[in-house]
Amino acid sequence: MAADALIEIRDVTKRYGSGETAVHALRGVSLRVEAGEYVAVMGSSGSGKSTLMNILGCLDVPSRGEYWLDGSNVARLTEDQQALVRGRKIGFIFQSFNLIPRTTALANVELPLTYAHLRRTERRKRAARALALVGLSDRADHRPNELSGGQQQRVAIARALATGPRILLADEPTGNLDAHSTDEVLGMFDQLNADGRTVVVITHEHDVAARARRLIQVSDGRIVADEVTRR
Amino acid sequence: MTPRDLMGAALRGLSANKLRSLLTVLGVSIGVGAVIVLVAVGNGSGKAVQARLEAMGTNLLTVSTTGGGGGFARGQAGPSAQQYSLTLADAAALADDRLAPDVSAVAPVMTSSGTATSGDTSYTVNQVIGTTPEYMPATNTPVELGQSFTQQDVDTSQRVILLGQTAATELFTRPATAVGQTIKLGAVDFVVRGVLASKDSTGFSDPNATAIVPISTLRATQAGYGPLNQIVVQAADKDRVDTAQAEVTQLLTARHQVPTDQTSPFRIANSAQILQTSQDTAATFTALLATVAAISLVVGGIGVTNIMLVTVTERTREIGIRKALGARRRTILGQFLIEATLLSLIGGAVGVAVALIVTRFQLAGVQPVLVPSSIGLALGVSAAVGLFFGSMPAHRAAGLRPIDALRHE
Repeated sequence: MAADALIEIRDVTKRYGSGETAVHALRGVSLRVEAGEYVAVMGSSGSGKSTLMNILGCLDVPSRGEYWLDGSNVARLTEDQQALVRGRKIGFIFQSFNLIPRTTALANVELPLTYAHLRRTERRKRAARALALVGLSDRADHRPNELSGGQQQRVAIARALATGPRILLADEPTGNLDAHSTDEVLGMFDQLNADGRTVVVITHEHDVAARARRLIQVSDGRIVADEVTRR
Repeated sequence: MTPRDLMGAALRGLSANKLRSLLTVLGVSIGVGAVIVLVAVGNGSGKAVQARLEAMGTNLLTVSTTGGGGGFARGQAGPSAQQYSLTLADAAALADDRLAPDVSAVAPVMTSSGTATSGDTSYTVNQVIGTTPEYMPATNTPVELGQSFTQQDVDTSQRVILLGQTAATELFTRPATAVGQTIKLGAVDFVVRGVLASKDSTGFSDPNATAIVPISTLRATQAGYGPLNQIVVQAADKDRVDTAQAEVTQLLTARHQVPTDQTSPFRIANSAQILQTSQDTAATFTALLATVAAISLVVGGIGVTNIMLVTVTERTREIGIRKALGARRRTILGQFLIEATLLSLIGGAVGVAVALIVTRFQLAGVQPVLVPSSIGLALGVSAAVGLFFGSMPAHRAAGLRPIDALRHE
């Protein structure tokens, strides 16, 4: 195993159900992502790209195959260790933002830091810095329902960045956003990648995928194309 | 995650649906309140009975006769009822220190009833007691106004009377004006020598609707020279009640020549025994009330489970998000357990507060007396209820797989 690979999955399959009714979401996928890459995963709905994202994010485990993340075999980790990996190494950005309702923007950003056992003052400081990074310092005390979609997604990005993860996993991050907010969010991804962070975006929109430097196409549970689109 | 963070998350969770949380809290507080109040009522009624009996005097024996029916039942030409009648001579014998050393005071009692009149006012006295001056201290019946009559009054059959509070009030409106006045009892004039202090009721009859006269006077003017109704015997000490009782039984059995094979025709009521019996009854009563209350506490606990199950289902997505952000199983478990425990602890605190207020008032004629341990117990049980009844929903939440929780709509 090459030490420099941040993500390496080998011949991963994922099957839901069993017997006659089994659904094969992934039928043997191997993939290697180096640190600092900007990867877009494209595919139509039902292609298995969301399953791939869930496995990459340690939200789900493969039925078969290996997943090495930053040098450790995810399948061997306990439930709590997987939680730790999610908290420390991965930042999630979802299509539906997934902010905790009735909780201020700042508290939302603070949450992963809380789970990482940081002290209160340190948490506040880092959360405020992350919010400043996405330009929402003035909305720190707003609750999700008081923010626009674009603002909510920016809070979610701040939350994903708060713990300083090595990987950003974004699942259809612009799916619920207007053109202007889409531009803003994608601009942030560009900037984050330029700063050296690994970004994996799952999308079915070509203009989103075009921002990445590597494009992986998934169809029917297999990788059908994997090309570097931009240097 | 510090306890403070957990607490904050739990409070936010609870305030998300205030009405629902409030109703759940209400369920628990009714349970906790009921436990404390009902135990206090049971305790209070026990204490009240005890206080009344103690006011009567715990070293008191009341001797009466059952009439010696046993002889007749066997169809013998045996002892007549008269043979077992209590007499003044019996009372005198019991008062003899050599014959009954553990007896400190003896008062023969005859009772009658009659209509007392003062001017235009008349009042039917239910219980006119004829006795000796020993009766008042022995039965804890102090004279509040004026003074008691003396042995000399008894010896010379003086027509003096002590009125109970009710009798005095009925006849003179203000008891204080009664002393020294003359009233008629039946056709005979009596001078009011004193007014008795007010007594709490021990039963259904009013203990203040009485009048006390020297026994000799009662016999001469009202009741005739029949047998005594009872003899009141005071033991020298609380601990000598049993020996005193034995002496009384022995003495009376000997004096009336009761055959040894016959059950004693004398009934000796021991106030300590009555006290014990009524305390046992009160304890049973309290336990019964506490059981009923405990059931309502369990029902409140089931309410907590119910609401927490709904909450977990409702917030499945939130649980998924938290897990994606690195929350561990025990963190989620802790959050929901604290929510459940907070619900029942707040309920417990409200219940205690309400109980503290409610027990200040008389309930069903009983002044409740708080049992401090019941407060601690109820609070502890309510916390345990939260932990116990909250653990199932909390485990369900913590056990959710992040991907399933996130996909939940």
